[in-house]
Amino acid sequence: MAAREILKGKAHKFGDHVNTDIIIPATYLVSNDPAVLGKHLMAGQDPGFAGRVASGDIIVGGDNFGSGSSREHAPLAIKGGGISCVIAASYARIFYRNALNVGLPLIESPRAAAAISDGDELAVDLAGGRIRDVTTGKTFEVAPYPEFMQRIMDAGGLIEYVKNKS
Amino acid sequence: MSQTRRILAAHAGTDSVTPGEFIEIPVDLVLANDITAPLAIEEFGKLGAGGVFDRDKVVLVLDHFTPNRDIASADQCAYVRRFALEQELSHFYDGGEVGIEHVLLPEEGLIAPGMVVIGADSHTCTYGALGCFSTGMGSTDVAAAMATGKTWLRVPEAMLVRLTGRPHRWVGGKDLIINLIGMLGVDGATYVSLEFDGPGVENISVEGRLTAANMVIEAGAKNGIFPADRLAVEYLKGVGVDAPVSCIEPDEHGYIRQIDIDLSAMEPQIALPSLPSNAVAVADAPHVKLDQVVIGSCTNGRLEDMRIAAEVLKGKKAASGVRLIIIPGSPRVYRASMKEGLFDVFLDAGAVISPPTCGPCLGGHMGVLAAGERALSTTNRNFVGRMGSLTSEVYLSNPAVAAASAVTGTITDPGEIV
Repeated sequence: MAAREILKGKAHKFGDHVNTDIIIPATYLVSNDPAVLGKHLMAGQDPGFAGRVASGDIIVGGDNFGSGSSREHAPLAIKGGGISCVIAASYARIFYRNALNVGLPLIESPRAAAAISDGDELAVDLAGGRIRDVTTGKTFEVAPYPEFMQRIMDAGGLIEYVKNKS
Repeated sequence: MSQTRRILAAHAGTDSVTPGEFIEIPVDLVLANDITAPLAIEEFGKLGAGGVFDRDKVVLVLDHFTPNRDIASADQCAYVRRFALEQELSHFYDGGEVGIEHVLLPEEGLIAPGMVVIGADSHTCTYGALGCFSTGMGSTDVAAAMATGKTWLRVPEAMLVRLTGRPHRWVGGKDLIINLIGMLGVDGATYVSLEFDGPGVENISVEGRLTAANMVIEAGAKNGIFPADRLAVEYLKGVGVDAPVSCIEPDEHGYIRQIDIDLSAMEPQIALPSLPSNAVAVADAPHVKLDQVVIGSCTNGRLEDMRIAAEVLKGKKAASGVRLIIIPGSPRVYRASMKEGLFDVFLDAGAVISPPTCGPCLGGHMGVLAAGERALSTTNRNFVGRMGSLTSEVYLSNPAVAAASAVTGTITDPGEIV
């Protein structure tokens, strides 16, 4: 049996209402390339942020993460910036769909979002639904995606899901 | 039949749908713009569908970074243009036909009550003002709908916003929605349908309803919807759409919350930096010095907005040091404003009259803010850095307050100067 994939990385903590203008300011929306967008990740709040991210790191947000515009460039910038997944207390709905569609894992956990500190080392078992804060030793159970959305995830995103159906 | 769930049930081919249920339904109109369409077209290509599901039902509008801001945005527009021509789309808006998408589509007669509209722009929720279900999605969702004519949705819970009373002069749809977002918070209606009803609805113009519905996303809502009443049906007739009068009829699941708003008690509102929920009455807003005032956008770029701005600005000049930018939202609004003499008022006031574009609202071009500058704007978002520098600030208001504030150089109630 293959080992289950565990996402490991350092937590970068943000507050509530991290909107898409923070994640990727509109002025950069002239490319669809995740690598190009990733260079400006979080430039709406912290222009130096992209340079401090190591591959696999994890963004931890509060309530209403991804609010604002419908730009799919936001989850693409997060992926392109090297972030492996996002943990937040709650998500705005368009961002949630967009992340699903581009294959960026989102974990909704108010407890984890509150307890994790900036710089903590995290290990996330997506399939098992568990977040471990390696720095503090705390673990958090996570509810699975709704079954309909899991089917889209399992297909490898919306485009594959639609292709398989037709 | 204008309640959201009734529209969704009709599209799902069932008698009723339940909040939380996932449904796959046909869509009546699919929209994207010069920022979101390039990614949608790429994803569309991956589906290998060849053609769009219906060339009359896919609408592309080059409105965000146009007239082309730079080479990169010009390339994006060229890419969308090639696709629109290849696919022989009936509703592709380019050059002098461009209006700000959510001002343009209702005027073009593309929106009717009972429709399901999805668009790769978060302010697609605007069209709910005309009794349809309309919501924003991302480029990939729109790509799938462009190919298949279908989308999936989680059926929303609904909140009722019950309006009573008649608003005072200088109070309208913008004040209603800023006030409501202030009550709800920026995530107070996440995943929820906001349904506007009550005897006060008839005291909000159709253009004011388009303004209010435009900003329901700023409370996180999935959509907003108004009844297709006599006023809405008259408006629709004027743009060539025949529709019957229909009211908001709750289904058996009803509403999870009711909010009552007395429009007669409402003062003009300001949303302070840096969230649309930071609502205060103009009288309680700080008297900050303004560097720029913007009147326009998908929120307030309609003819009524231009007329209100002109009424306040007539015979007056923008204060020294204030750059006043006025953006009629579509070619029709532009021409009508010109014919009615509003442009003379604007030019006499020292305003710059911009072609229809989203431009400054999202810090794109045509009015970007420098470090430390402050703008009062009739747009819909006042996030940190939204209109330019991360140290600039944006205050949101209706067009009358914006015009009055341009004259004084600080946030001002129009009643004080008219």
